[in-house]
Amino acid sequence: MKFTIARRVVQLAILGLFIAGNIYGVNILKGNLSSSELFGVIGLSDPYALLQLFLAGFSVGSASVIGALIVVIFYAFIAPRAFCSWVCPINILTDLGAYIRTKLKIGKNIINISSNSRYYLFALSLIFSFTFGIAAFESVSYIGAFTRGVVYLSGSAISIAIIIICIEAFLGKRLICGHLCPLGAFWALISRYSLIRIYHNSKNCTHCNKCKAVCPEIQVLDIIGKESKNIRSECISCGRCVEACNDDALNFSILKFRREE
Amino acid sequence: MQRRDAIKTGFSLVGLLAASSFVYKEYANAKPVLKLRPPAALDEDEFLTRCIRCGLCVEACPFDTLKLAEFKDSGVGIGTPFFTPRDIPCFMCEDIPCVVECPTEALDPKLVTKDGALDINMAKMGVAVVDEKNCVAYFGIQCDACYRACPLIDKALLIDYKRNERTGKHAFLLPIVNSDYCTGCGKCEIACITDKAAITVLPRDMVIGKVGNNYVKGWVEGDDAKLKDADTKMHLDSKKGMKYLNGDEL
Ligand code: SF4
Ligand code: SF4
Ligand code: SF4
Ligand code: SF4
Ligand code: SF4
Repeated sequence: MKFTIARRVVQLAILGLFIAGNIYGVNILKGNLSSSELFGVIGLSDPYALLQLFLAGFSVGSASVIGALIVVIFYAFIAPRAFCSWVCPINILTDLGAYIRTKLKIGKNIINISSNSRYYLFALSLIFSFTFGIAAFESVSYIGAFTRGVVYLSGSAISIAIIIICIEAFLGKRLICGHLCPLGAFWALISRYSLIRIYHNSKNCTHCNKCKAVCPEIQVLDIIGKESKNIRSECISCGRCVEACNDDALNFSILKFRREE
Repeated sequence: MQRRDAIKTGFSLVGLLAASSFVYKEYANAKPVLKLRPPAALDEDEFLTRCIRCGLCVEACPFDTLKLAEFKDSGVGIGTPFFTPRDIPCFMCEDIPCVVECPTEALDPKLVTKDGALDINMAKMGVAVVDEKNCVAYFGIQCDACYRACPLIDKALLIDYKRNERTGKHAFLLPIVNSDYCTGCGKCEIACITDKAAITVLPRDMVIGKVGNNYVKGWVEGDDAKLKDADTKMHLDSKKGMKYLNGDEL
């Protein structure tokens, strides 16, 4: 449980700091996940949003470029898709939806699509941004809409939350984060060379498949029991598999290029 | 077994119904909103390619003037800032914090900088328009609420004196907007005493016209320069004339 608790603390703390900054003027974090200001000086920007803006207009403010670079470098070096499981507030909703889904024992997906769809949507969002001159995904982004709703305390956050939870619980298993989200795809691509990875030690693996039962991106666990190696960058670094594994076959490992002892 | 499946399907249907009713609620509540942007916003198209929807301008505004558009604010790009003057106008901060905070230059300080210093009076957020039928000054009643509220009094908002022929001994004090100076701050709109404001800020591109090059103001020095390379050929569309003559109106 420790990773899950830590993740929730981080996710909620970030939202809390945004609310404190935006509503009560506490000078730690201001703005929202699209672009923000840390301690009133360091500007941070969402690199994917900025990429879309760049393709839309070929001109972006210099402050936001530096902010986006800081963010890209940070996430490229730490754990894969750390944004998704440790920062993105949608993750709280989709996990809740998935929890309801298991509790109600809903097995059938109403919508079945490949988890590669997100890469197509990612490509499409860039093409649309270029052709229509508007940040395509940002214009419909549920991540942005929900985060803004929360950090500026607006009622629309509740409707968006209910819609997302219902989609995850009733439409398809891990539909949003695991199949559709172009931002998740972007982070998976960025994380190709990240340093912290889940490492699978197949010598310890007893094939109990507990990890596969809890993983939101099961395809990355196709190596379970077969190979000892680091897990692919589609993993969201949530640590659920580590918590689930009783045989010490899965753990975070600091160096990506760790060799088997 | 069958019954359990049926219950699960029931759950899914109820869940989806709940989701779609909330989608419906968000869309059904959509109200068209005027696109009035913060000071120094770039032209709408360019603004949309620049604004990263961070809300730092919203946060910087000490008067809570600016809002980020939600689903229910139809007509304004989701997440981009706008304001509704009748609720809260722009108070024309001299240090223009909203513009200073913008990380992408979607609010471009250059547009409100004169001689190296910020000058909020250069802002062009919109333009005020008077509804002469419902402005009580046009009834002959004295009201100068909007005029007094205007930060650019006597430049952006003027009073035109006219003789009231009906009473024969009174004057009309009519508010007139000069669009060259009006910043669109909306202080007049919120000050207006009528139930629904008789002076309203509208987006400039909806109101401001454009004259072609074919009119020369003889009283403006150098205005005839535009005739220099003018095309002097006559362009008559005889078909248009025929249509007019043969139309039913005559
Ligand atoms: S996949 Fe998308 S919505 Fe899900 S956690 Fe990642 S960024 Fe957020
Ligand atoms: S592999 Fe483990 S850490 Fe990665 S997404 Fe699956 S459960 Fe989470
Ligand atoms: S000039 Fe001042 S009042 Fe007007 S929008 Fe900017 S911060 Fe708000
Ligand atoms: S500060 Fe600039 S980029 Fe951010 S919402 Fe306002 S206009 Fe858009
Ligand atoms: S909007 Fe009204 S108050 Fe503001 S400058 Fe224009 S006329 Fe004056």
